[in-house]
Amino acid sequence: MNKKHNNEQKPALTAGIEEIKEIKHLTPGEKIKKFLVNNMVTILFVILCGIGLRLSGLSMAFYLNDIVNRIARNSFLILALIIPVMAGMGLNFAIVLGAMAGQAAIIFVTHWGFGGPFGILLCALLAAPGALFLGWMTGRLLNRARGKEMITSLILGFFANGVYQLIFLLMIGTIIPMQNEVLVLSSGIGLRTTIDLSDGLRYGLDDIIRTPFPLFVLMFSAVALVVLVVLLVRMRSRQLAVDAPKRKKLIMWSVFTLVLLGWSLMTHFSLSQINLVRVPTFTMLVIAVLCLFNIFIVKTKLGQDFRSVGQDQHIAQVSGINVDRTRIQAIMISTLLAAWGHIIFLQNLGAFSTYGSHEQVGMFASAAILIGGASVSKATVGHAILGAVLFHTLFIVSPLAGRNLMGDAQLGEYFRTFVAYGVIGVSLGLHAWRKLIQSRK
Amino acid sequence: MQRIRDRTLSKESFVLQMDGIGKEYYGNRVLNDISLAIRPGEIHGIVGENGAGKSTLMNILFGMAVIHSTGGHDGTIKIDGKPSHISSPLQAMQLGIGMVHQEFMLIPGYSITENIKLNREITKDNIFSRFAGERVKTLNVEAMQKDARKSLDTLNMNIEEWAVVSGLPVGHKQFIEIARELDKTNLKLLVFDEPTAVLTESEADRLLDAMKHIAQAGIAILFITHRLHEIIEVCDTITVLRDGHLVVQKEKENTDIYELAEMMVGSRITDVTREIPDISAKSTILSVKNLQVDMPGESVKGVDLEVKEGEILGIGGLAGHGKLGISNGVMGLYDSTGTVMFRGTPVTLNNPFSVINQGLAFVSEDRRGVGLLLNSSIELNIVFSAIQAHNEFVIKRGPFSQMDDKAIRAYARKMIKDLDIRCTGPQQPTRRLSGGNQQKVCIARALALKPKLLFVSEPTRGIDIGAKKLVLETLVRLNKEFGMTVVMTSSELAELRSICGRIAIVTEGKIAGVLKPTDSDVDFGLMMAGEINAAG
Repeated sequence: MNKKHNNEQKPALTAGIEEIKEIKHLTPGEKIKKFLVNNMVTILFVILCGIGLRLSGLSMAFYLNDIVNRIARNSFLILALIIPVMAGMGLNFAIVLGAMAGQAAIIFVTHWGFGGPFGILLCALLAAPGALFLGWMTGRLLNRARGKEMITSLILGFFANGVYQLIFLLMIGTIIPMQNEVLVLSSGIGLRTTIDLSDGLRYGLDDIIRTPFPLFVLMFSAVALVVLVVLLVRMRSRQLAVDAPKRKKLIMWSVFTLVLLGWSLMTHFSLSQINLVRVPTFTMLVIAVLCLFNIFIVKTKLGQDFRSVGQDQHIAQVSGINVDRTRIQAIMISTLLAAWGHIIFLQNLGAFSTYGSHEQVGMFASAAILIGGASVSKATVGHAILGAVLFHTLFIVSPLAGRNLMGDAQLGEYFRTFVAYGVIGVSLGLHAWRKLIQSRK
Repeated sequence: MQRIRDRTLSKESFVLQMDGIGKEYYGNRVLNDISLAIRPGEIHGIVGENGAGKSTLMNILFGMAVIHSTGGHDGTIKIDGKPSHISSPLQAMQLGIGMVHQEFMLIPGYSITENIKLNREITKDNIFSRFAGERVKTLNVEAMQKDARKSLDTLNMNIEEWAVVSGLPVGHKQFIEIARELDKTNLKLLVFDEPTAVLTESEADRLLDAMKHIAQAGIAILFITHRLHEIIEVCDTITVLRDGHLVVQKEKENTDIYELAEMMVGSRITDVTREIPDISAKSTILSVKNLQVDMPGESVKGVDLEVKEGEILGIGGLAGHGKLGISNGVMGLYDSTGTVMFRGTPVTLNNPFSVINQGLAFVSEDRRGVGLLLNSSIELNIVFSAIQAHNEFVIKRGPFSQMDDKAIRAYARKMIKDLDIRCTGPQQPTRRLSGGNQQKVCIARALALKPKLLFVSEPTRGIDIGAKKLVLETLVRLNKEFGMTVVMTSSELAELRSICGRIAIVTEGKIAGVLKPTDSDVDFGLMMAGEINAAG
């Protein structure tokens, strides 16, 4: 069909297309420039992390041990941000509410004395209805604050913290009966400021399977290689012109996984200290499932609705999509994932501050995903994972780098906080600026 | 007024029959007893000026909320011979009525396929959808692309169905809109609302071809446009609307462009109330050369215009062709380029402040947006610009300057009396005034600047007939008594012809020609429709 039309006498329409194609052909120099500009934040952080790693003088094994733990701890929470971004609602700072639901579940499960994998499962089930309800409320609120979703969700997080304190500081022991000398303050009212999970839920998920790092990489890259090869074969059988750039990418990744495979094999049979790093494999598996879930949802009708609403609410509405309901669903999913993410977070930490540990969740997750290259209007699984790695690398190395450089760990710490919040501010500013430029055009 | 209704009375099968359609907005009748009928495969053209009632008619056909929230409409609509009460756009869609919008309803970041299939995506089952329901079914991208390809082929579009819409030329987007409507399987009637307005000539030709092609497949088409030659080219039947009345309904064979132009404009000049002063000897007060203005929806693409001292010049033309852009551009409200000379000195463009200082003033068409501080008092509105631009009505007290309340009050009272602004007093907020009185406040404010030349845009838009007359009389008086040069932009040809000495007609961002108010309706109609382009 295509061929036939090409030869027909419609010059006006084909001319336009050729012009567009020409624009896409950039010289290598321009390509590099475009890449640099688009990934400015991420590149800056890669450089910062590299310098920090050098200055800190950390051994590879120590760094790997720390970073793997932190990725397992935090990735789930960061991934919870993706769907609202897709639905055009920006960064959902209100995942703090989800975190509260998860934390409340942990408190009760700890009070009842459950631990281990079963305890974690119980927490997850217990947190779900609360998180969904809070998500529904948040979604409804955000529907009334169109265009100001981010600031609204941020302030909502602060407000919810007040309610949380009311419940756990004043109502425990008065309205909610709880007799537990370990958890409750000596006056009998209110929870203690820190809660220790080491006798119960600590590592409940992480310890199900632990594997040495090289073995983990070996398994991971083997699976990834199989998937990549299957994808490539399927693409070959379809022979579509659309797939050409995709195929290039897939081949690049395959080569990369092969290198990883080789490295892990070598290390596994060596006496390297890296063999002592033990990866919480089950947690990683859960995170992988969530990544797949995020990829899966894009390909469904629901995901398409999220995207349609995110791109243009008016047009979505005119085509008969229930915009309000779709937005509420996006926030509900995000809040639920955040609740589960926070449970994973706390079981890995092993102890938490009752009134503080959920406060920063939204900020840190948002900073991480922005560092990974996401923007307020576009976020992917890749951004989330890369962001987790970079953000936490900075966490690990800055105090040490600060001490080695200036003789004071506090300076590095200060620098890290400064940079983390700076990134959020600059990213939001950049986004607003780009929008302004676009609207001028 | 001649009316042909035999077509509606015949017993043939019709896709759409509208009978005796009328509509009133708050006691203001905008449609009167309109009847039309369309057979399958017929292309029916509707022509009329702005405000003739075309869009109201379409809103009724689509069951828009604006119709039903204001008391519904008179008359009956039959689809396929069955009386139908269309109460929502969704219902219209289900009845098989499609619409190609004037502004595109396309998501720029989506591919052509995704846009064509928006919210009508084809899905297939997966393991989760069996228990989690419809919405988590996977999209069947291949089937969607196949469908998209099919509708694109119907339109002879050889563009790839996976291309992203944002980078496409305007003409393509129009076709994608059409492809989306064609993809709806039950489509019976397709409405084109001025589809060629944004297209280049060759694109418009292609569109007309596509329309014929679609009609051959048995789909009826309602084609709304200002371009008369397009109507003559593709339509089988033509309806002319004017002021909410059906003027005539004719087969294409029995009419021509000239007749249509005449009937579209109509003889409505009530009285040219004054003799037109001879201006040929007067000097040029404002000369505009190659003015280009980037005003969304009203862009000006190279206008040359000379305004003589002491005249009332009218600028007319259809909506969207750029007539509003001229005054907005000269006054510096939108980005513009070109040379503008005022009384021999060049005017700095894109700088409203300096333009006002040179002695030009502007009464905006956007009365409630740009024109008035709605919550402020009448007196503050009147003197506001003068305070800002000329530092008048101000008392200096050392380093501080304060508003001179006494002078302001006195001046406002004088203006209220001179212009006959009906209000409770100078301190009444302008929000509570009627449209006509708000307009007078706007004029008073422009006058406070003591301008040599006054731009007035759409001075009578949205105000009732009595007030219209007063506003126009005010302009004439200013011109006569104070010798003020007035440039009035208006969509209403009749009012331009009643007070202006010369009328420049704008089409497609350029001056098509300058006419005298006494020139014939045919000339005005043809020039506005872009059919003749001779400076006269």
